[in-house]
Amino acid sequence: MTNAAVHVEGPQQSLQAHVHDTIASGTTHAKGQQHPIKLYLVVWGWLFVLSTCSYLVDFFGLHGNLRWSLICLFMVLKAGLIVAVFMHMAWERLALAYAILLPPVLVLVFVSIMVFESDYTHFLRILFFAAST
Amino acid sequence: MGQPLGRGSQFGSCFFLITGFHGTHVSIGVIFLIAIARKVFRGDFDVERRGFFTSRKGYYEVVEITGLYWHFVDLVWVFIFAFFYLW
Repeated sequence: MTNAAVHVEGPQQSLQAHVHDTIASGTTHAKGQQHPIKLYLVVWGWLFVLSTCSYLVDFFGLHGNLRWSLICLFMVLKAGLIVAVFMHMAWERLALAYAILLPPVLVLVFVSIMVFESDYTHFLRILFFAAST
Repeated sequence: MGQPLGRGSQFGSCFFLITGFHGTHVSIGVIFLIAIARKVFRGDFDVERRGFFTSRKGYYEVVEITGLYWHFVDLVWVFIFAFFYLW
Protein backbone atom coordinates (compact mmCIF):
# COMPACT_ATOMS: atom_id res chain seq x y z
CA MET A 1 0.00 0.00 0.00
CA THR A 2 2.61 2.46 1.09
CA ASN A 3 4.89 1.49 -1.73
CA ALA A 4 2.11 1.95 -4.25
CA ALA A 5 1.22 5.31 -2.77
CA VAL A 6 4.79 6.42 -2.98
CA HIS A 7 4.99 5.07 -6.49
CA VAL A 8 1.93 7.09 -7.52
CA GLU A 9 3.10 10.16 -5.70
CA GLY A 10 6.41 10.27 -7.51
CA PRO A 11 5.19 10.94 -11.06
CA GLN A 12 2.56 13.36 -9.74
CA GLN A 13 5.19 15.49 -8.11
CA SER A 14 7.31 15.45 -11.21
CA LEU A 15 4.25 16.35 -13.26
CA GLN A 16 3.48 19.25 -10.96
CA ALA A 17 7.05 20.41 -11.14
CA HIS A 18 6.89 20.11 -14.91
CA VAL A 19 3.65 22.14 -15.05
CA HIS A 20 5.16 24.74 -12.79
CA ASP A 21 8.24 24.94 -15.00
CA THR A 22 6.06 25.30 -18.08
CA ILE A 23 4.01 28.05 -16.48
CA ALA A 24 7.13 29.82 -15.27
CA SER A 25 8.79 29.59 -18.69
CA GLY A 26 5.51 30.73 -20.25
CA THR A 27 5.48 33.87 -18.15
CA THR A 28 9.10 34.63 -18.89
CA HIS A 29 8.39 33.98 -22.55
CA ALA A 30 5.39 36.37 -22.40
CA LYS A 31 7.59 38.99 -20.79
CA GLY A 32 10.06 38.56 -23.64
CA GLN A 33 7.50 39.05 -26.44
CA GLN A 34 5.69 42.18 -25.33
CA HIS A 35 4.05 43.84 -28.28
CA PRO A 36 4.82 47.47 -28.94
CA ILE A 37 2.10 49.87 -27.76
CA LYS A 38 2.11 51.34 -31.27
CA LEU A 39 0.50 48.16 -32.62
CA TYR A 40 -2.46 48.56 -30.26
CA LEU A 41 -2.85 52.21 -31.16
CA VAL A 42 -2.74 51.44 -34.89
CA VAL A 43 -5.42 48.76 -34.45
CA TRP A 44 -7.45 51.19 -32.33
CA GLY A 45 -7.25 53.72 -35.17
CA TRP A 46 -8.35 51.12 -37.72
CA LEU A 47 -11.31 50.20 -35.50
CA PHE A 48 -12.29 53.89 -35.50
CA VAL A 49 -12.02 54.02 -39.31
CA LEU A 50 -14.11 50.86 -39.72
CA SER A 51 -16.74 52.11 -37.25
CA THR A 52 -16.93 55.36 -39.20
CA CYS A 53 -17.39 53.39 -42.42
CA SER A 54 -20.24 51.32 -40.97
CA TYR A 55 -21.84 54.50 -39.64
CA LEU A 56 -21.51 56.12 -43.08
CA VAL A 57 -23.41 53.16 -44.58
CA ASP A 58 -26.36 54.27 -42.44
CA PHE A 59 -25.67 57.97 -43.03
CA PHE A 60 -25.82 57.70 -46.82
CA GLY A 61 -28.91 55.52 -46.55
CA LEU A 62 -27.60 52.60 -48.59
CA HIS A 63 -30.21 49.88 -48.98
CA GLY A 64 -30.60 46.31 -50.07
CA ASN A 65 -27.83 43.79 -50.44
CA LEU A 66 -25.14 46.48 -50.60
CA ARG A 67 -26.10 47.72 -47.11
CA TRP A 68 -26.13 44.30 -45.46
CA SER A 69 -22.94 43.13 -47.14
CA LEU A 70 -21.07 46.33 -46.20
CA ILE A 71 -22.32 46.21 -42.59
CA CYS A 72 -21.32 42.54 -42.32
CA LEU A 73 -17.95 43.21 -43.96
CA PHE A 74 -17.05 46.01 -41.53
CA MET A 75 -18.40 43.96 -38.61
CA VAL A 76 -16.26 40.94 -39.51
CA LEU A 77 -13.17 43.09 -40.07
CA LYS A 78 -13.59 44.78 -36.68
CA ALA A 79 -14.22 41.45 -34.94
CA GLY A 80 -11.18 39.96 -36.66
CA LEU A 81 -8.92 42.82 -35.55
CA ILE A 82 -10.15 42.59 -31.96
CA VAL A 83 -9.75 38.81 -31.78
CA ALA A 84 -6.40 38.72 -33.60
CA VAL A 85 -4.59 41.58 -31.87
CA PHE A 86 -6.44 42.63 -28.71
CA MET A 87 -7.20 39.04 -27.68
CA HIS A 88 -3.78 37.84 -28.95
CA MET A 89 -5.15 35.12 -31.22
CA ALA A 90 -2.52 36.00 -33.84
CA TRP A 91 0.22 34.87 -31.47
CA GLU A 92 -1.50 31.66 -30.34
CA ARG A 93 -0.67 28.29 -31.83
CA LEU A 94 -2.67 27.38 -34.90
CA ALA A 95 -4.47 24.46 -33.23
CA LEU A 96 -6.01 26.77 -30.59
CA ALA A 97 -7.05 29.29 -33.23
CA TYR A 98 -8.83 26.54 -35.18
CA ALA A 99 -10.41 25.13 -32.01
CA ILE A 100 -11.91 28.53 -31.18
CA LEU A 101 -12.73 29.88 -34.63
CA LEU A 102 -13.93 26.79 -36.48
CA PRO A 103 -17.05 25.89 -34.38
CA PRO A 104 -18.69 29.34 -34.75
CA VAL A 105 -17.93 29.23 -38.49
CA LEU A 106 -19.60 25.83 -38.75
CA VAL A 107 -22.62 27.13 -36.81
CA LEU A 108 -22.86 30.00 -39.30
CA VAL A 109 -22.68 27.53 -42.19
CA PHE A 110 -25.53 25.57 -40.58
CA VAL A 111 -27.57 28.76 -40.11
CA SER A 112 -27.02 29.75 -43.74
CA ILE A 113 -28.14 26.30 -44.88
CA MET A 114 -31.32 26.70 -42.79
CA VAL A 115 -31.93 30.17 -44.24
CA PHE A 116 -31.34 28.82 -47.74
CA GLU A 117 -33.90 26.07 -47.11
CA SER A 118 -36.44 28.28 -45.34
CA ASP A 119 -38.29 29.37 -48.48
CA TYR A 120 -38.78 25.77 -49.53
CA THR A 121 -39.99 24.77 -46.04
CA HIS A 122 -42.37 27.73 -45.97
CA PHE A 123 -43.66 26.81 -49.42
CA LEU A 124 -44.32 23.23 -48.30
CA ARG A 125 -46.20 24.39 -45.21
CA ILE A 126 -48.40 26.69 -47.24
CA LEU A 127 -48.99 23.95 -49.81
CA PHE A 128 -49.95 21.18 -47.35
CA PHE A 129 -51.11 22.85 -44.13
CA ALA A 130 -52.72 26.12 -45.16
CA ALA A 131 -55.03 24.50 -47.71
CA SER A 132 -57.09 22.63 -45.10
CA THR A 133 -58.16 25.78 -43.20
CA MET B 1 -47.81 46.68 -29.44
CA GLY B 2 -48.28 50.40 -29.99
CA GLN B 3 -44.89 51.90 -29.19
CA PRO B 4 -41.92 50.47 -31.07
CA LEU B 5 -39.92 50.04 -27.86
CA GLY B 6 -42.81 49.92 -25.41
CA ARG B 7 -44.70 47.27 -23.48
CA GLY B 8 -45.41 44.06 -25.38
CA SER B 9 -42.90 44.87 -28.10
CA GLN B 10 -40.75 41.88 -28.93
CA PHE B 11 -38.01 44.05 -30.44
CA GLY B 12 -37.97 46.32 -27.40
CA SER B 13 -37.76 43.33 -25.05
CA CYS B 14 -34.81 41.84 -26.91
CA PHE B 15 -33.14 45.22 -27.38
CA PHE B 16 -33.27 46.27 -23.75
CA LEU B 17 -32.43 42.78 -22.47
CA ILE B 18 -29.33 42.53 -24.67
CA THR B 19 -28.08 46.11 -24.30
CA GLY B 20 -28.90 46.03 -20.59
CA PHE B 21 -26.89 42.86 -20.03
CA HIS B 22 -24.09 44.29 -22.12
CA GLY B 23 -24.07 47.46 -20.05
CA THR B 24 -23.92 45.35 -16.89
CA HIS B 25 -20.88 43.51 -18.23
CA VAL B 26 -19.22 46.78 -19.23
CA SER B 27 -19.79 48.14 -15.72
CA ILE B 28 -18.33 44.99 -14.15
CA GLY B 29 -15.36 45.26 -16.52
CA VAL B 30 -14.74 48.89 -15.58
CA ILE B 31 -14.78 47.98 -11.88
CA PHE B 32 -12.37 45.10 -12.44
CA LEU B 33 -10.04 47.15 -14.64
CA ILE B 34 -9.87 49.89 -12.00
CA ALA B 35 -9.15 47.31 -9.30
CA ILE B 36 -6.40 45.65 -11.40
CA ALA B 37 -4.90 49.02 -12.37
CA ARG B 38 -4.75 49.94 -8.68
CA LYS B 39 -3.00 46.65 -7.91
CA VAL B 40 -0.47 47.20 -10.72
CA PHE B 41 0.10 50.81 -9.63
CA ARG B 42 0.63 49.68 -6.04
CA GLY B 43 3.05 46.94 -7.16
CA ASP B 44 1.00 44.09 -5.69
CA PHE B 45 2.06 41.68 -8.45
CA ASP B 46 5.77 42.39 -7.98
CA VAL B 47 5.59 41.18 -4.36
CA GLU B 48 2.97 38.49 -5.22
CA ARG B 49 0.58 39.90 -2.65
CA ARG B 50 -2.58 37.84 -2.26
CA GLY B 51 -5.94 39.16 -3.42
CA PHE B 52 -8.70 40.37 -1.13
CA PHE B 53 -11.09 37.48 -1.75
CA THR B 54 -8.55 34.70 -2.19
CA SER B 55 -5.63 33.06 -0.49
CA ARG B 56 -3.76 32.69 -3.80
CA LYS B 57 -0.89 34.96 -4.67
CA GLY B 58 -1.37 37.68 -7.27
CA TYR B 59 0.49 37.46 -10.57
CA TYR B 60 0.57 39.66 -13.66
CA GLU B 61 -1.48 37.00 -15.52
CA VAL B 62 -4.64 38.58 -14.12
CA VAL B 63 -3.93 41.68 -16.19
CA GLU B 64 -3.99 39.53 -19.32
CA ILE B 65 -7.13 37.69 -18.17
CA THR B 66 -9.01 40.88 -17.34
CA GLY B 67 -7.92 42.26 -20.71
CA LEU B 68 -9.34 39.16 -22.40
CA TYR B 69 -12.65 39.64 -20.59
CA TRP B 70 -12.76 43.32 -21.55
CA HIS B 71 -12.02 42.67 -25.21
CA PHE B 72 -14.57 39.86 -25.32
CA VAL B 73 -17.21 42.34 -24.10
CA ASP B 74 -15.86 44.72 -26.75
CA LEU B 75 -16.23 41.97 -29.38
CA VAL B 76 -19.84 41.33 -28.37
CA TRP B 77 -20.56 45.04 -28.78
CA VAL B 78 -19.33 44.93 -32.40
CA PHE B 79 -22.08 42.41 -33.18
CA ILE B 80 -24.75 44.17 -31.09
CA PHE B 81 -23.98 47.45 -32.83
CA ALA B 82 -24.21 45.91 -36.29
CA PHE B 83 -27.37 43.90 -35.68
CA PHE B 84 -29.39 46.32 -33.52
CA TYR B 85 -28.28 49.80 -34.52
CA LEU B 86 -27.45 49.40 -38.22
CA TRP B 87 -29.72 46.54 -39.34
